[in-house]
Amino acid sequence: MLTLPIYLDNNATTPLDPRVLDAMLPYMTNMFGNAASRNHAFGWQAEEAVDYAREQIASLINCSPKEIIFTSGATESDNLAIKGVFEMYASKGNHVITLTTEHKAVLDTCKHIEKLGGKVTYLPVNAEGLVDLKQLEEAITDKTILISVMYANNEIGVIQPMREISAIAKKHGVLFFTDGTQAVGKIPVDVEADGIDLMAFSGHKMYGPKGVGALYVRRKNPRVKVTAQMDGGGHERGMRSGTLNVPGIVGLGKAAEIAKQDMESDTKRIAAMRDRLEKELLTIEESYVNGSVEHRLPHVSNISFKYVEGEGLMMGVKDLAVSSGSACTSASLEPSYVLKALGLSDDLAHSSLRFGLSRFTTDEEIDFAIDHVKEAVSKLREMSPLWEMFKEGIDLDTIEWAEH
Amino acid sequence: MAYSDKVIDHYSNPRNVGTLDKSKNNVGTGLVGAPECGDVMRLQIEVDENQVITDAKFKTFGCGSAIASSSLATEWLKGKTVDEALSIDNMDIVEELALPPVKIHCSVLAEDAIKTAINDYRVKNGLPALELPKSHH
Repeated sequence: MLTLPIYLDNNATTPLDPRVLDAMLPYMTNMFGNAASRNHAFGWQAEEAVDYAREQIASLINCSPKEIIFTSGATESDNLAIKGVFEMYASKGNHVITLTTEHKAVLDTCKHIEKLGGKVTYLPVNAEGLVDLKQLEEAITDKTILISVMYANNEIGVIQPMREISAIAKKHGVLFFTDGTQAVGKIPVDVEADGIDLMAFSGHKMYGPKGVGALYVRRKNPRVKVTAQMDGGGHERGMRSGTLNVPGIVGLGKAAEIAKQDMESDTKRIAAMRDRLEKELLTIEESYVNGSVEHRLPHVSNISFKYVEGEGLMMGVKDLAVSSGSACTSASLEPSYVLKALGLSDDLAHSSLRFGLSRFTTDEEIDFAIDHVKEAVSKLREMSPLWEMFKEGIDLDTIEWAEH
Repeated sequence: MAYSDKVIDHYSNPRNVGTLDKSKNNVGTGLVGAPECGDVMRLQIEVDENQVITDAKFKTFGCGSAIASSSLATEWLKGKTVDEALSIDNMDIVEELALPPVKIHCSVLAEDAIKTAINDYRVKNGLPALELPKSHH
């Protein structure tokens, strides 16, 4: 039985896995204690649950449970990592290197530290969305304290070369932070093997609850510290004050445990569905995959359907929940900055749809999505003056468009 | 953002999608917008000897509101004289389709398309082009 609409926007958020909800429920009812209450059973119970979650998460990313700092989500973790390192290592330097395709939580945090006197280098990416390692190394100065490169991109799913980046960082004595939000729980992430010093991630992108996330902070080789961005009771080894969100943390822990246990089988199934979806959609004339196909998350596909505008297309596929690189509003006619960073022309960036599958996606849903998208693209192209011109052999680049 | 019922109706059942023969003297064509901005509208009118618009067609690359604005424009154009058509204001389209503020530019584009099509017709028929207000852009 197909239930509409179909959710294929799992890079925005994932549904909560029922197994995660089951684990969380007791901590929302009778086991309500404050994990910082040291003097009674309610507190001990909560603390125990938090410690267990720390272990589940540590086991997923191969670190020590002591290296996990719980936060409200990846945005807070990004802020804590970048601002926290910037403050903590101020005596060593003030230069941060990042990519133009990072999430806004990283880019805007970088903008913030620029206001505080920091220097930030925003490196471009190549047409596949990948960092140029030579350029990265050349950008390092004696003032560089941090390299911030995301593990996998939220719009195109492109995976950056973590190990090569961390080797460069290590060689120059620079810390390496990665926003792992889209990768953790989806592909094998190993902070030891990958050489990561700090990593942000979030519960709700891996079938866990919203409002909870974590920052991994390396404790040895080297020992990394971040300056707290919130003052208070000194929770989480003084790096993040605030009463722990016990049910959320329990949920994140359970989500991590399930991810580790099911990753191999989930990935195999999801990747097969994604590949089928993509192969079928690419039979549509003038359609293109955005970003590297080789270095990519197994559940993501970002495709441009030329001569059709993304927002109009989303309306046409109303039974699919997807997202588009187009933002047709008077405030901003700018399409996705990530797609533009790949060198896509504005019209192609405006014509993109992002499909994000999950462990709950079914073959029937993919069948439906394929037909639905094909139909909508064809209908909109019948309505598109650009498609008509293309079919008449008119080169659209030769037309003088009235910019508005 | 939720679309109004009228936008959805025009998007799902667009009126007057198509192409008129732009080489004909009594056909005026207006092509406005730019692919980089995510909207391109082409609006065409066919005018009879009494200056009455007997047919109107559009094709639009854009969001649902842009498609609906141009579809509505073609509906309104049919049966009007060329002079009457000049009085169609983008705010009438905004009101009819209940466009939110972020989509007002779609109606502006539709008004531009109407005026550009009329000018094309005028120039083809030996009339001076009208000055188009550019204040919208």
